[in-house]
Amino acid sequence: MSILIYANTANGKIHKSALEAVAYGSKIATDMGTNATAIVVGACDDTDTLGEYGATKVLHANDAKFNSFDPSVYTKAVTAAVEAEGADVIIFSHDFTGKAIAPRVAARLDAGLVSGAVDYPKLDSGFTVRKAVFSGKAFANITINTDKKVVSLLPNSVDKAPVGGSATVETFSPEVGAASVTVKEIIKESTDLPLTEAEKVVSAGRGLKGPENWGMVEDLAKALGAATACSRPVSDMDWRPHHEHVGQTGVAIRPNLYIAIGISGAIQHLAGVNQSKTIVVINNDAEAPFFKSANYGIVGDAFEVVPKLLEAAKAFNAANN
Amino acid sequence: MKILVCISKAPDTTAKIAFTNNNTEFDTNGVQFIVNPYDEWYALVRGLELKEQHSGSVTVLNVGTAENDPIIRKALAIGADEAVRIDVNPTDALQAAKEIATYAKTQGFDLLLLGKETIDYNGSQIGAMVAELMDLPYVSLATKLDMNETTATVSRDIQGGTEVVELSTPAVISAAKGMAEARIPNMRGIMAARTKPLNVVAASGASASTTISSYELPPAKGECHYIDADNVGELIELLHNEAKVI
Ligand SMILES: Cc1cc2nc3c(=O)[nH]c(=O)nc-3n(C[C@H](O)[C@H](O)[C@H](O)COP(=O)(O)OP(=O)(O)OC[C@H]3O[C@@H](n4cnc5c(N)ncnc54)[C@H](O)[C@@H]3O)c2cc1C
Ligand SMILES: Nc1ncnc2c1ncn2[C@@H]1O[C@H](COP(=O)(O)O)[C@@H](O)[C@H]1O
Repeated sequence: MSILIYANTANGKIHKSALEAVAYGSKIATDMGTNATAIVVGACDDTDTLGEYGATKVLHANDAKFNSFDPSVYTKAVTAAVEAEGADVIIFSHDFTGKAIAPRVAARLDAGLVSGAVDYPKLDSGFTVRKAVFSGKAFANITINTDKKVVSLLPNSVDKAPVGGSATVETFSPEVGAASVTVKEIIKESTDLPLTEAEKVVSAGRGLKGPENWGMVEDLAKALGAATACSRPVSDMDWRPHHEHVGQTGVAIRPNLYIAIGISGAIQHLAGVNQSKTIVVINNDAEAPFFKSANYGIVGDAFEVVPKLLEAAKAFNAANN
Repeated sequence: MKILVCISKAPDTTAKIAFTNNNTEFDTNGVQFIVNPYDEWYALVRGLELKEQHSGSVTVLNVGTAENDPIIRKALAIGADEAVRIDVNPTDALQAAKEIATYAKTQGFDLLLLGKETIDYNGSQIGAMVAELMDLPYVSLATKLDMNETTATVSRDIQGGTEVVELSTPAVISAAKGMAEARIPNMRGIMAARTKPLNVVAASGASASTTISSYELPPAKGECHYIDADNVGELIELLHNEAKVI
């Protein structure tokens, strides 16, 4: 028995969400009295960092056939590692890659899957994992009843401090068959972290009146080291790119800090952001529903409040750096 | 071109979320059900557009009991040609995926379209599971989809950008925002939906591999701490010293 963690890469490096997944998996390994092995598929030059987060072994499938992402090929690599390691618990990050392969791995192993887990499994009576359901309006505790168990972890859910170990790295050459998906082109929209992994987010809504007014939002985000987001009407009107749309039908996020400027706080918007740890609402209508979900609120005109907040943030940065 | 669109039922986006039976069941009292938005707005409408371009047919498929017939009729009113309902109430994604795959295997579909996720259980699982069970290529979270006779060209979201991929059909694709514009059914569509076939087929008897032990509502937020608009510096201080997020 062991725990296998799929460690995602980006541009030939271990991705931040993979460190969290490895820290999560190795804690489960400790609780279950076993070891954590990580598998890395594709080119990567810093696989040894995974040891610092608790993996004792890293399997590196580094062959040209893994250069482009084909979910069925990657699935076969992971299930081959499950077999080689005798793994019973398989961990993914619930990100773009994890969403494409964790369910395939579960189907191939005929294993139960909890996707988007937000906490460590409870092991006292079976294997029960907590996840957000109803778009963040509730949680469900889900018990996996099969021998093999697959869990994908929602980014930014558990502590990911290095524990200071080291891992042995082995080359892994599984049989995976031919690719069925050919990558034609990759269009980079930004080099920033995806919204789902940002720890701070500054978001604005229809209260900002038009796309020409987003300068101050971007400046504030920059001063705070935050990503930018928006409400649905804002992206529907093409004031902002679609990937910034958060909410029930957009991206669901749970940053440590979410600042909402000129957003009313409709239930569908809240569904995507109400798991944020600290919420700040800036709105000129004291009756805006968003204040009910806020930790901090400022009733005022965004065009006056945001520039002042930007100055305060800059002064804070100057004093603290 | 023979297209299958998998649709699920979801509580209306404004529904009040509450639980009964010692927090083990979703309380459907007073809850209005809709077609899951990703399935209706994107997967179904793009399926219809592709049929309009290439001719063929669009079948909608739901795994569920007769309670789901109204949402299936809605999909027919929007323009699907026929519907199939596999008669069982699935209790997890793997069970639903097995039922879908068992049915679809014998039907010769060129394309299987699903939504990115259901807005109730937020699984994002079934599309990839169906692809694996049918041994078909799969693209998740697609924002754009074009087809010719034997290949599909798909754009999908990845970290920090978009990836354009090509795959041969038959294939499974899950639809995200951007793939199409929602359509509203018109009177003619609603009338026509009444007479379109809704075939009920028996389930294959697949079982679930997970169970929901309990639900919880998130802890209530404390009172909002208001900060004077003339003294916003205080907010930065509180975020640093109290909330410890900057
Ligand atoms: C099925 C469905 C799914 C949906 N999914 C989503 C989703 O995923 N995400 C989402 O965001 N929405 C979603 N919506 C839409 C949602 O219901 C709201 O319509 C939307 O969130 C409103 O956006 P908003 O707050 O930016 O705009 P508004 O509701 O117009 O609010 C603007 C706010 O700005 C304030 N304001 C105005 N001027 C100023 C000023 N000068 N300074 C400060 N404040 C000011 C106003 O007081 C108001 O509160 C969905 C709707 C449906 C039906
Ligand atoms: N009961 C069901 N019957 C048919 N299709 C379904 C069902 N449940 C989910 N789906 C499809 O699978 C997609 C992903 O669902 P999920 O994996 O549960 O998030 C949905 O958007 C639907 O297209």
